[in-house]
Amino acid sequence: MTQGLARLQWPHNIVAGDVVKVRLLVQHPMHTGYQQDMQGSVIARNVLLWLTCTLGDQQVFRVEPSSGIAANPYFEFFVRAPTSADMVVRWQDDLGVAGEWQQRMFVADRKTPVP
Amino acid sequence: MIPLPSVKQLLGRRDWLRLASAASAGLTVFTPVLGQAQQIGFDQQRTVADMLTGLVGGNSVRELGVSLTVPALADNGTLVPVSVQVVSPMSEQDHVSHIYLLSSRNPVMQVAAFVLGPWSGRAEISTRVRLAGSQQLLALARLSSGECRYALAEVIVTESACMDAS
Repeated sequence: MTQGLARLQWPHNIVAGDVVKVRLLVQHPMHTGYQQDMQGSVIARNVLLWLTCTLGDQQVFRVEPSSGIAANPYFEFFVRAPTSADMVVRWQDDLGVAGEWQQRMFVADRKTPVP
Repeated sequence: MIPLPSVKQLLGRRDWLRLASAASAGLTVFTPVLGQAQQIGFDQQRTVADMLTGLVGGNSVRELGVSLTVPALADNGTLVPVSVQVVSPMSEQDHVSHIYLLSSRNPVMQVAAFVLGPWSGRAEISTRVRLAGSQQLLALARLSSGECRYALAEVIVTESACMDAS
């Protein structure tokens, strides 16, 4: 089962070879397993076990969070953008629910300086 | 080990509130609650050596070249921005392969592990963490050569993430 919601953001104008800051926000409750509901019963742990970002064929980022990551996990990382490609974010949580998010990164060709 | 019922489970929520507000010496009531929620003693914190062993192995480890940015005072432990920067050329031969965020007081020591590589361009990550009280945070970077480098930061947390019942 694949579902999930994420937001990916990076600068508008990317030129080939640039190192780009990627900002990623995933919608997930990240229940720690220590919290209780209003009836006083413990809410079972449900956190992301892993999350990967793949740009084209290259896996560019992987994180293995624990209950120590805040709800709706937010990550910032850098990636060198060689060419236009799809950024695919995949993740899985304790309940076995997998998530996927895909977004196209457009990269302009580097212009050779005019002599 | 038999898990102990929390104080909140033994008493009702309203009883607990009444008890807590009625107690003139508030700390005597709160101390055992904190101790259970964090599963390590109220005043016990992991030492730097506790946090490093296991991850470092036999490799050399130095407090160098890593900067860990955390607010000195975090009002709310449920959401604390953290960023880690490592000095590295991020080339094929010499790059940061892993960054670990470790906590001296959270029930789970390893907050997160990040995998980077030469494709990253810059060895820098940011995230938002939960903290169970005032403590020391440690960012450990593992280089492609196997060498480990780390940085420490102190955070004062007014409201622990583990106390929240909502």
